[in-house]
Amino acid sequence: MHDLSVAELALGLRAKHFSSTELTRHSLARINTLDTHYNSFITVDETGALAAAAQADARLANGDTSPLLGIPLAHKDIFCTEGLRTSCGSKMLDNFIPPYDATVTRRLREAGTVLLGKTNMDEFAMGSSNETSFYGAAQNPWNTQRVPGGSSGGSAAAVAARLAPLATGTDTGGSIRQPAAFCGITGLKPTYGRVSRLGMIAYASSLDQGGPMARSAEDCALLLNVMAGFDPLDSTSSERPTEDYSAGLEKPLAGLRIGLPREFFGAGLEANTHTRIRDALALLEQQGATLVDINLPHTELSIPTYYIIAPAEASTNLSRYDGVRYGHRCEAPRDLHDLYTRSRQEGFGDEVKRRILVGTYALSAGYYDAYYRKAQQVRRLIRQDFLDAFTKVDIIAGPTTPGPAFGIGAKTSDPLAMYLEDVYTLAVNLAGLPAMSVPAGHVEGLPVGLQLIGQHFAEARLLNVAHQLQQASDWHLQAPPEANV
Amino acid sequence: MTVHEDDIEKLAELARVRIAPEEVAEVTTRIATILGLVDQLQSVNTGAVEPMANPLDAVQRLRADAVTEGNRREAFQAIAPAVENGLYLVPKVIE
Repeated sequence: MHDLSVAELALGLRAKHFSSTELTRHSLARINTLDTHYNSFITVDETGALAAAAQADARLANGDTSPLLGIPLAHKDIFCTEGLRTSCGSKMLDNFIPPYDATVTRRLREAGTVLLGKTNMDEFAMGSSNETSFYGAAQNPWNTQRVPGGSSGGSAAAVAARLAPLATGTDTGGSIRQPAAFCGITGLKPTYGRVSRLGMIAYASSLDQGGPMARSAEDCALLLNVMAGFDPLDSTSSERPTEDYSAGLEKPLAGLRIGLPREFFGAGLEANTHTRIRDALALLEQQGATLVDINLPHTELSIPTYYIIAPAEASTNLSRYDGVRYGHRCEAPRDLHDLYTRSRQEGFGDEVKRRILVGTYALSAGYYDAYYRKAQQVRRLIRQDFLDAFTKVDIIAGPTTPGPAFGIGAKTSDPLAMYLEDVYTLAVNLAGLPAMSVPAGHVEGLPVGLQLIGQHFAEARLLNVAHQLQQASDWHLQAPPEANV
Repeated sequence: MTVHEDDIEKLAELARVRIAPEEVAEVTTRIATILGLVDQLQSVNTGAVEPMANPLDAVQRLRADAVTEGNRREAFQAIAPAVENGLYLVPKVIE
């Protein structure tokens, strides 16, 4: 059952080959036996999952044909789930039981999905390896000595290991695409504003965007169909109507112009990864696409720009954790100042503290113009690079990461080395564009991801290209060896 | 831009994040490295480029000034560390 696509699972449920309760028990059993190897879940909600499955079975018996009805899924532990602990990977929220649902959570609940549990992540989504989680590092199912990527590392590992067919993720600087690449799954970061941020715990609000993670583009489209849409409760939600993201998957690629940024194929790209990416691009070319070299001249500046804007917004967003209303509170505070500073000292991990300090610096009097304002100006130049490129090409393609998954602990002593991992993903968030990572083969047994970047609101086109690639290849169907133990 | 240990202590105070005295030196080194990275931007000529706060240049959407949410004080205070009679408890502020 765990190797079936979501569309196949939905057919099986409707044909009564199995019930949602049986499917859910199967997923829960796999989590119980296999997740000791991966640590991909922070919380497993067996009782809630079985109750939701029973409800889904009742709806199925009544002839309800909602596409995701009865399908198990996992939420990144950044999406608030009413009544179910939502930790954001932090000691600060280890005891936080949200009194409300995120819009994404609510939509998927109403669609009849079965929530298995909440997945591991870098603390407050700040990291590229899942190693900053208060609940310990998650492991890559392809090689448990390697990181699954981050920050949505638990979601990627859970989908790769066939513990859940679908998972949600969030992407502020690559946090859906990079773990999708490292774990050999398909992930989509939608256009900024396409998926509601209400109840998605804030990191950097002008960059944060939720999106689907699954084994194939076809499955991602089904999940995005439910996640996307205007939300009056999110002030930056787009009012633009959504479309049926499954409808255009079969469109032929003839005439498609794919831009290859020279800056994505430079010295920093590991040689074997480069070969895999070229192989995948050749498959698209065989289907009628044209490859065109382009330039995105400000690519390298996306790293410093991101590491001003994201920490600045984080330092503001995370000021809400005060030990008063919810979350961690220190023992026996001497006074109010001690309550604030000690609760935050104890509740936040090292990387979160670093980003708060950098952000506070960038926003402080005397430095605001030199840092935050400057970064916002360069951000516009970065977006303009893409807008210029899209006058010549329909989509942009390249590697998702400079190389395959690195070893656990390999980069923890040097935050800068970790930051440089994100060189191909950050600019997309700064420009607010949609982008995917799609499996493109392996290097020494570790998956490689092809990144596809689209124009604003061109999610359907990206899914179409990814689906056509997956019709011509079987990389997305390959399962890590550990999952079959 | 060089950053010193007393700068970090001041920043930590502004951000209400305590850094243990034995950690200040290491945190300072790491923050200085990050600031070294972001200082690359100083050499970019941005002239009169308009700063971009929203990638779609969207403006704040406004709604009617009407009460739409009910009172959920009990649900919100049920997850608070310390409450009494509907009030959040904090250490004494005024002597």
